[in-house]
Amino acid sequence: MAEYQNIFTRVIVHGPTPYPGVPLPKGDSPRTGTASFQRVLGKIGDAQLGPIYLGWLGTLSIVSFLVAFVTIGLNMWASVRWDPVQFVRQLFWLGLEPPPAQYGLRLPPMHDGGWWLFAGFFLTLSILLWWARTYRRARQLGMGTHVAWAFAAAIWLYLVLGFIRPLLMGSWSEAVPFGIFPHLDWTAAFSIRYGNLFYNPFHALSIVFLYGSTLLFAMHGATILAVSRYGGEREIEQTLDRGTAAERAALFWRWTRGFNATMESIHRWAWWFAVLCPLTGGIGILLTGTVVDNWYLWAVKHGFAPMYDPIVPGMADPAAAAGAMR
Amino acid sequence: MSFTLKIVLAVLGALGVIVVVTSFERPPVNVVQVGQRGTAMELVTNPRRVAAQLPRHAVPEPTPPLDAAGQKASEVYENVQVLGDLDANAFTRLMIGITAWVSPEQGCNYCHNPENLASDEVYTKVVTRRMLQMTKTINASWQAHVGQTGVTCYTCHRGKPIPEAVWSTDPDPRRTRGIIASAAGQNIASPAVGMSSLPHDPFTPFLLRDEPIRVIGTRPLPHGNPATIMGAEWTYGLMFHFSAATGQNCTFCHNTQNFGKWESSTPQRVTAWHGIRMVRELNNSYVEPLRPLWAANPHGPPERGDATQSRLGPGGDPWKVNCSTCHLGANRPLLGRSMLADYPELNAVTLGPLRSASR
Repeated sequence: MAEYQNIFTRVIVHGPTPYPGVPLPKGDSPRTGTASFQRVLGKIGDAQLGPIYLGWLGTLSIVSFLVAFVTIGLNMWASVRWDPVQFVRQLFWLGLEPPPAQYGLRLPPMHDGGWWLFAGFFLTLSILLWWARTYRRARQLGMGTHVAWAFAAAIWLYLVLGFIRPLLMGSWSEAVPFGIFPHLDWTAAFSIRYGNLFYNPFHALSIVFLYGSTLLFAMHGATILAVSRYGGEREIEQTLDRGTAAERAALFWRWTRGFNATMESIHRWAWWFAVLCPLTGGIGILLTGTVVDNWYLWAVKHGFAPMYDPIVPGMADPAAAAGAMR
Repeated sequence: MSFTLKIVLAVLGALGVIVVVTSFERPPVNVVQVGQRGTAMELVTNPRRVAAQLPRHAVPEPTPPLDAAGQKASEVYENVQVLGDLDANAFTRLMIGITAWVSPEQGCNYCHNPENLASDEVYTKVVTRRMLQMTKTINASWQAHVGQTGVTCYTCHRGKPIPEAVWSTDPDPRRTRGIIASAAGQNIASPAVGMSSLPHDPFTPFLLRDEPIRVIGTRPLPHGNPATIMGAEWTYGLMFHFSAATGQNCTFCHNTQNFGKWESSTPQRVTAWHGIRMVRELNNSYVEPLRPLWAANPHGPPERGDATQSRLGPGGDPWKVNCSTCHLGANRPLLGRSMLADYPELNAVTLGPLRSASR
């Protein structure tokens, strides 16, 4: 089988003993666990497993996540009257709903959305702590904080959906429920209620960056694998000291479409496409209901969606007829 | 390629074939365009599934008309309250029809005391009288929904004392106790809404009460539209029911790119709009007021035969009407064939108030 057709890593390199990592600065916790080599992991990544750095941020984040996870899970289980078979069978259907609209932003009773607020608080706390952890670990390793800021873009979308937009709308009921199908029902209902989200230009932009990310990912991965026989996977060296791998990869794209990224710039393309996906998406969600009520009519108003001719002449709302019942 | 890999691939391939064969319909399917090109307004039918559904929508042979007796039913029989204007023989023919449509196994005694056919002591006779008035109301006042096709007892009953597709209010939408989160009438696999997790009793708010179904704003910018996202889920649940009841997809009525706009909808949406109001009237004016009779006879009349289904739902309310009750998966009940044309007697029902049950 040809090299590029293999989805598994062909080269597994490791030292005689697991590498514990660089010495930690004063004030950091010790790393947890003993490291080992796992051949199966080596097939998809680095063969070394552990040690992991937990620290206070990581530990608190995991605890907060578990509080949210268990809260959601127990409420779901209760909703099938504590039947373990139905809990497993209908797991994707079960949910934990935000408070009904009548409570606005007030604290609802626990059974009527209180648990949703409770779980949402701890899930958000967990995510923010995990963000701080990614920032701090990167700094302690002397790295840039690109991962933390990319994660922050995703957190922006999460906060818009579950916190910022409900605040602006004045009701927790606008937020997303927990649950697999319940959150998908919410997504469909959200789009219908606000007149078809596909006509929201920021939703469109978000899709551009989402699909664009997959395209760039495929192009970049394919290009590097294709020139790895010339040392193309040594991208950092090739950035400054272009060898035949970089030249061949560049020539391929210049020949096929006239322009090429570089060994460095392709990673900036990838980072920005990925980050702009939730950033633009979050803007689109934020505008929905707050400043636009019907995206389709908004698009017609601004001239980028057509108003179709009636299918049958004279079609009209029967409720608008004089004397019609409600 | 290693031998193990070949085995793994063969097993995966076989699994894939099983999934494809068991979850998809075999082509060809028929697609009819009903709206503007590019809007995906298409009706998709599978001729094999349509053929399989035909027996379900078969119409029973009508009884041949009898020669007129020359006397009104009210002159020949006692206690004929709503069919008194019929010729006595036409009355008898309709009785035979009703028995065949509603209680073919149980026979006349499902409603009548055989010792005294005029007696109202079997409660089902009192129910039937009201049902006859309901049928007349549908055919006379709801032609915006039933057209000239009309309905007969058989449209819903199909040979069963309790129609096959009926509903009752969910007695426990919460499903939990104490401080545990309410399930709020949703988030469980429910056949009422196509096995989705949408609110599974959209009938009580929309087909019994008249809560607002419309959720989509009519102007681009916010204008005080009070509908919530949860409200949209309830409406969505109702639409799932419409779809299952009529065997059609969303585009039968809507241009889904803009659900709310009437101008880009099909005429069927107007028919459905009237249907919603019709079903509300049937449930509120005809079914619900009969509740005391069913509550007093929760297991049916003495001659119920095998039909032992409770006459009340789990919440103690009567079985009620929704779209499936008549449609049963066809966009036109009984595929549009009019039984009413063979039984014009049903249009002669008197709509006035009924006398209280006389023994």
